[in-house]
Amino acid sequence: MFRYRDLTIRQKQIVWAWIFLAIPVLFYTVIRFYPTGNAILISFQEWNLLGSRTWTGLDNYTKLVNDPVFWKVFANTFLYLLIGTPVSLLISFVIAYHLDKLRFGHSFIRMLYFLPFMTSAVAMAWVWRWFYQGVPIGLFNNFLAGMGIAQIEFLNSTTNALPAVLAPAIWAGLGFQIIIFMAGLRSIPQSYYEAARIDGVSWWTVLWEITLPLLRPTIVFIVVFSSIGFLRIFDHVFNMTTNNPGGPLNSTKPLVLMIYDTAFNSFDMGYAAAQTVVLFTILLLVSLLQLWLLRADR
Amino acid sequence: MTATELRPTTAATLDSKAPKRPRNMGQIIRWLLLFAGGIVMVMPIAYMISTSLKWPWEVYNVNLIPEEPTIENYTYVLEDGRFYWWFINSMIISTLTTISALFFDSLVGYTLCKFKFPGRTLVFIAILSTLMIPTEMLVIPWYLMSQQFGWLDSYWGIMFPGLMTAFGVFLMKQFFESVPDDFIEAARIDGLNEFQIWWTVAMPLVKPALAALAIFIFLGNWTAFLWPLIVTNSTDMYTLPVGLAGFGDEADVAWELIMTGAAISTIPTLVVFLIFQRFIIRGVVMAGLKG
Repeated sequence: MFRYRDLTIRQKQIVWAWIFLAIPVLFYTVIRFYPTGNAILISFQEWNLLGSRTWTGLDNYTKLVNDPVFWKVFANTFLYLLIGTPVSLLISFVIAYHLDKLRFGHSFIRMLYFLPFMTSAVAMAWVWRWFYQGVPIGLFNNFLAGMGIAQIEFLNSTTNALPAVLAPAIWAGLGFQIIIFMAGLRSIPQSYYEAARIDGVSWWTVLWEITLPLLRPTIVFIVVFSSIGFLRIFDHVFNMTTNNPGGPLNSTKPLVLMIYDTAFNSFDMGYAAAQTVVLFTILLLVSLLQLWLLRADR
Repeated sequence: MTATELRPTTAATLDSKAPKRPRNMGQIIRWLLLFAGGIVMVMPIAYMISTSLKWPWEVYNVNLIPEEPTIENYTYVLEDGRFYWWFINSMIISTLTTISALFFDSLVGYTLCKFKFPGRTLVFIAILSTLMIPTEMLVIPWYLMSQQFGWLDSYWGIMFPGLMTAFGVFLMKQFFESVPDDFIEAARIDGLNEFQIWWTVAMPLVKPALAALAIFIFLGNWTAFLWPLIVTNSTDMYTLPVGLAGFGDEADVAWELIMTGAAISTIPTLVVFLIFQRFIIRGVVMAGLKG
């Protein structure tokens, strides 16, 4: 008969470990791995939630490749990334760089920059949406009118809407990036800077030859982290363009919004699942790129 | 005579200060510019709060300070009942999810850190690999699962995907590394069982990490939007973000009421931040660098 007290210390440890892990292992299997497999499976099926599930092979994927809306959405998603990541990287670096050199009133200012990170994206999307309204409602256009400058169509324009939706997303993430950059700047040994000062090197050279190269791991982390964030943008778009989500004329629609629409407005589960597989693949490639870039450092 | 004698010294002091003065000027200019940028950063939050305190006749005025501040919008929105319920829903869901995630994440992190058993690396890699799976890919299967088990439109339905987090496991595993094995060994000799050792010996030693993780998980659940939007369909079950999205979208809702709703869903996390500021920033660095 099995008796706990007859076990060796090592065997007891094994028993305890699996007792502790039993529920979590079940959770990760049922709530993470099984759904992942299920999503991939559904992407090869035709299913509208009510009828039966039928196998369609690669039909959903061929439909995707031939769907002009998908390519528009694909381009938008990368536009969010290609504008959002460099802009937020540049702004947060400049602020962190100067904040790091500041010798007083430092934590108060840091707090101001970090505050937006603690807000809810949906709430702030509505605040910005109000800012963007035309005269006499919106704050921005009221300011412009006050200065006698022509009105700007923000959310109703096919060219301005995407950057307008992106702005609050960049704004909310800056605080986090600044904090990470500052931690990176702090970890650069002071002796490098002293050596440079003795050699009389200009601050520009110090920036390019010492600071930036030594910040490489930090930069890689921030680029990947914010890229993944912009590729998954949804809350802001959904809430700022709700009368016509992703509009006008799909000009702001990102991939996640297309997934949501396909699955929960058109109930085309198979097609939506195929779109999630595409998103998954893109995010996976970005993460692998990070691993590869960081490995090159070592 | 004395004056001339003093002169060199004064000159010397001036000289040594001379290179410092422009630098101090530079510091002040730098501070002012950064301060101006910081003010711009908090403007949206400031306008949200200021508008929520304005009477309708003043809302489209660009003044930041309301001429006649009022809490009328808050009484109106809360008496309407919906925001009141959404707030309670969000509070209950975020609190329960945070407790569950803290408990399980640290238990798993501890087990993977301090126990030697076959399959340890496999479990760790398996859990870590779920970080790569985006929520957006899982919502469709989760929805089907909830439909099948009758979890739609319930607290459980909103909460179940977040009951454990791979990020938390990873973070806690890192922090349990700093707990000396001797402590655990000593407790074992004292006759504590493994659960007691974890709970009474190891856990108190990683309190700062637990607190930081708690804040992140709470914030994440408090602001979560996509999944609650999908899984809820009755107004009573909405969380604050879902409720606010629907509220703002109703025809003819006044902007000051939307701003009030936005303020209600933002102020709690801002207050938490202002209280635990230094601590949260340290937590961000910890999580960012280790995660």
